[in-house]
Amino acid sequence: MKKAADRKFSEQTYMTDFFESFGLKIENMAITPAEYISSVPEEKLEDLGIEPETFFISLEAFVADFESMMSDKGMNVESLTIVGGQDKSGNPENVKLTINKGDIICIVGPTGSGKSRLLADIEWLADGDTPTGRRILINGEKPDLSIRYSPEHKLVAQLSQNMNFVMDLTAEEFVMMHAESRLVENPAEKTALIIEQANMLAGEQFKPDTPVTSLSGGQSRALMIADTAFLSKSPVVLVDEIENAGIDRKKALELLVKEEKLVLMATHDPILALMGSKRIVIKNGGIHEIIETSSEERGSLEALRKLDEKLLTMRNILRTGGRLNNIDDTII
Amino acid sequence: MKFITVSGPPSSGKTSVILKTIDALASRELKTGVVKFDCLTTDDDKLYEKKGIPVKKGLSGALCPDHFFVSNVEECVRWGKDKGLDILISESAGLCNRCSPHIKDITAVCVIDNLSGVNTPKKIGPMLKSADIVIITKGDIVSQAEREVFASRVKIANPAATIMNVNGITGQGAYELSRLFISGDEIETLKGRMLRFSMPSALCSYCLGERRIGDSYQMGNVRKMDMEE
Repeated sequence: MKKAADRKFSEQTYMTDFFESFGLKIENMAITPAEYISSVPEEKLEDLGIEPETFFISLEAFVADFESMMSDKGMNVESLTIVGGQDKSGNPENVKLTINKGDIICIVGPTGSGKSRLLADIEWLADGDTPTGRRILINGEKPDLSIRYSPEHKLVAQLSQNMNFVMDLTAEEFVMMHAESRLVENPAEKTALIIEQANMLAGEQFKPDTPVTSLSGGQSRALMIADTAFLSKSPVVLVDEIENAGIDRKKALELLVKEEKLVLMATHDPILALMGSKRIVIKNGGIHEIIETSSEERGSLEALRKLDEKLLTMRNILRTGGRLNNIDDTII
Repeated sequence: MKFITVSGPPSSGKTSVILKTIDALASRELKTGVVKFDCLTTDDDKLYEKKGIPVKKGLSGALCPDHFFVSNVEECVRWGKDKGLDILISESAGLCNRCSPHIKDITAVCVIDNLSGVNTPKKIGPMLKSADIVIITKGDIVSQAEREVFASRVKIANPAATIMNVNGITGQGAYELSRLFISGDEIETLKGRMLRFSMPSALCSYCLGERRIGDSYQMGNVRKMDMEE
């Protein structure tokens, strides 16, 4: 195979993105990058911060990346296993927890207890070489550690509490941009699906041409959950508390699980906590206990849901200008 | 001693990332020092001092900051060796986006943040494009989709780099970054090493203190914009 620098632009049109990032617009697709660069005056290359030698090394890396992204079906993660290390005081964790596709696992513990270290251990495929000494296995085996620093193989997508958008785009443009950066086959179709699904999660509907910056908290969250479900390549999704702000939390989790994600959710909300099959309890930097959600606990879920519905009703009364008189124990 | 150049636009989070990474290095009993380069003023040296990290501050004042950097970096390395450091980090803000303090065969890090906008990777020159490691910060305040889009734009601008998200507040990712810091080569001196990229030529009358405006005062290396339609 010829080097990318010696193949015509027309054979590898995606290369123009790389040239554009250096401020070079390619108009003649019938020439090769090597020919093009040699036609640019040296002074102009220097102005643009281009040194041919390193430029061509980067170009080859860009093409290699692109080609591997096109042929890459993503990581096939059926299960993820956390093999315990020790807590901050050196006490062993004595844990081996396997999480399968479609599982929802909750993480509970006070702030600063070590939840983010657990996430980092998963994200970086700890191999006994992080402060906790934990190891992470994929499909029961030690993964190839070369994927640690590869953004294409990022294991964890994180849905954080903060859902600000800094881009000045409509919802449609925003999702489309993400779809294009992921090189999906039919970005327009995918975008329409994501917006439709997001609207099924959000209490209040939004349109494709609504600017992302004017979405409500619930709408942005719904959009991000749908986007992560359908566009993120990461097989593991870490959800940082879904607040009850106008979003169907049950449906949101179901959507992620249906798209074959492994869901880890940091939450102290009793309804969400009981929706998971297990809870990881973090104390003093270590996994203190793993609690399986019992059928008794699941029984409590019904009562909690009813309570939640009542609260929601009262919220709606307030929202529409009503009054909350005579609320007593019997209502709750 | 290992030497690492860290650069990035102002307020991208360089100091926070370095502080968290030094914590991770200290947990492995490695002694790290910092040389902070800035133009006008900086209080970042106090942040390092407060944590007992050996620090030197260099202010370029009226001089080009990158020229100032390269004229002083060898002495900084000597200082670090005298202090018995295992790792010395230089921190500098790439102010004109054309420069880069990165040196051949010396671990080069560029810090940029998610809030700077998706077109920023295009706008930053060799400081980003020739870095070995690109750290993206402030990921916790934007959405997952934006993080992914931003990282893919960085990847286009510098496909050969290791790209990592690091949170300068919680330190998420800093431990992993510290591992990359350790993997650099030991050096004795920088003498004879090469910068990865040339600095802008600065040879016109304004470099020498001229303040008057107009053709007759412009001497030396002057370039004119094309004003034709």
